[in-house]
Amino acid sequence: MKSKFQKIFKGGLGQLTIPIIAILILVIFNLIRDPSFFSISVTHNNDGNIVLAGNLISIINAASELAVLAMGMTLVTAASGGQDISVGAAAAIAGSAFVSMLKSGSTITGGTVLLAFFYACLFAMAFGAFNGTLVAVFKIQPMIATLILYTCGRSIAYWINGGATPTVSSPIITAIGSFIPGIPIPTPVIIVIVVAIIFKLVFHFTSLELFTQSVGINEKAARLNGINATWIKLLSFIILGLCVAVAGVISVSRLGLINHETILLDVEMDAILAVAIGGNSLGGGKFKISGSIIGAYVIHMLTITLYAMKVSSTDVKAYKAIVIILLVVIGSPVIKSKFTKRMTQLKNRKTKVSTKGAL
Amino acid sequence: MKKRLKSILMTGVLAMSMFLTACGSSGGDKGGDSTTASSGGDKTTEAAATKDDATGTIKVGVVNNPPSESGYREANVKDMEAVFSAENGYELKTFYSLKNDEQLQAAQGFITEGVDYLLVSAAETTGWDEVLKNAQEAGIKVYLFDRMIDVDESLYEAAVVSDMSAEGDLAVKWLLDQNLPEYNVIHIQGAMGSDAQIGRTGALDEQFASGKMNKVVQQTATWDEAEAKKIVESVINSGEKFNVIYAENDGMAKGAVAALDEAGITHGVDGDVIVMGFDCNKWALRELLAKKWNYDGQCSPFQAQIISDLIQGKTTASSKKIINEEKGFDATTITQEDIDTYGLGE
Repeated sequence: MKSKFQKIFKGGLGQLTIPIIAILILVIFNLIRDPSFFSISVTHNNDGNIVLAGNLISIINAASELAVLAMGMTLVTAASGGQDISVGAAAAIAGSAFVSMLKSGSTITGGTVLLAFFYACLFAMAFGAFNGTLVAVFKIQPMIATLILYTCGRSIAYWINGGATPTVSSPIITAIGSFIPGIPIPTPVIIVIVVAIIFKLVFHFTSLELFTQSVGINEKAARLNGINATWIKLLSFIILGLCVAVAGVISVSRLGLINHETILLDVEMDAILAVAIGGNSLGGGKFKISGSIIGAYVIHMLTITLYAMKVSSTDVKAYKAIVIILLVVIGSPVIKSKFTKRMTQLKNRKTKVSTKGAL
Repeated sequence: MKKRLKSILMTGVLAMSMFLTACGSSGGDKGGDSTTASSGGDKTTEAAATKDDATGTIKVGVVNNPPSESGYREANVKDMEAVFSAENGYELKTFYSLKNDEQLQAAQGFITEGVDYLLVSAAETTGWDEVLKNAQEAGIKVYLFDRMIDVDESLYEAAVVSDMSAEGDLAVKWLLDQNLPEYNVIHIQGAMGSDAQIGRTGALDEQFASGKMNKVVQQTATWDEAEAKKIVESVINSGEKFNVIYAENDGMAKGAVAALDEAGITHGVDGDVIVMGFDCNKWALRELLAKKWNYDGQCSPFQAQIISDLIQGKTTASSKKIINEEKGFDATTITQEDIDTYGLGE
């Protein structure tokens, strides 16, 4: 018991120290600024359902797409030591595929929505496999490989949409993007939880986590130990493709509209950021998906805080940058090792004092 | 040292050759062959070819931006094709590109081909002097539509353009006519600096300055629906009072409405909050018809009929610049017919 307690304090929370400190600082800052910031109220929405409302709900709701993408991005980062910058564009494609499938039928039922979701998954996984092949088989740097889809993805979405911004309206779509009648928690939040649980289960029952880490740490060594490194990398991109489809479908369902130009714009950068804030090395290797999820919430808490302070949305990015510089610098290996050194120094002095006292 | 000299020389030669080729190509254009127009662009359609026309068909060459640019452009292109149709006695040649130099080449191609009228919506405002002069020399009459060009007025017959600020004026005038006891406005702006944003913001800013309307929040969502939703959510969470949402396009208005719906705030004709959008997408106008929104303004993409009337002498232009009349729809008066006629997209 004592050792466990000690372990937490000695090593901190490990990788999660930085994201948790970041979120705590934001919470404390907001509590000082305006204690009512975190108040949650229960209201009826316009469909007559009882729902929860408040800034906290807004934050965890709005961060859903980012959280899902960050999970997939963590896996790709860990396996390939690079990032996929095409997730926003790919989500636009997945969203467009989802809407076009829904519009092809006359009525929207649970079955057609499910079918459209699988259709979107198929699209996103195909594009994920495309990226993955470039990275894993042709050994192209991930950023360059995914730059291709980043550049042309939204044009592809435009073709699928036939040039317009199609809309779909159906109670089922509203339920996915907003609230399921009778459940006061926004559905996107529930989807994030489900996706996180699926990841947890996959890691628990397969050796994907271990294999991914070993490929990321030393590809050659992993291969010599019988791990198919190419396949693991490719797989990580395909799994990210699934996450992209989920994010795209959530985003489309929120408004029942797909605009290929604006849907999940610049989300790739936020997703990479979430991975970095989560304490994961962007060079690959060891990873913690929970860190990335917290990272996603940190980013959105920051945005919503700035909005609540009525900071102009054009300035929000600049403020965000300042906070991110701080977080990344504090989390950098140089600062970390200095900090650890200082801590050991302090501890040594303390032990010295105590031994003296004992003598 | 030697190496440096060499590189300077090389650059000089390169610059020289580029200059020469530039001269060469513009010289070639003058002589021009008709194929340049059709080969340069991404889409070229030619109406039924009645080459030797004593039959009286009017040949019109349209140089425009591609319909894929926006919903506005799509409607604009469709309108042109509908008005300048064979049934109306026209022979239409079109060229679409986002690139100014391709447009210039195509225009030159139309001139050498010998159209009667040249209609231009330029990608850029500069570089058109030469081509329009050539048109004048060839006796081709030029009409500008949608966008002005930086050339002497004598080079074109008339320019049918939108007055961006008129859109905002019309919308704000409508809002003032609602005679609300007080105006607490959430203003969601488009991408800062874009024509549409400047035009749609101006009139409202005047009201804020004069104190007639209260600015609850003024934020840009850069045309992003999800961002608009976040902005409105943050206002709702802060507990501030508002009764008007002025969103500078339909998508952002939809985002704002989604936030209202989740918070259980009523909107539309009988609701607590007035919702205003712009662009007149068909789906947005349907929201109006369902009385869930209150107003939708439009930067009219329909210039073809005005130009056609001018060509056929049905009307005469009082000045070189003709301001295309803007439209705005009120939820209480809109009809299904309006949606079919004026709605953009599907």
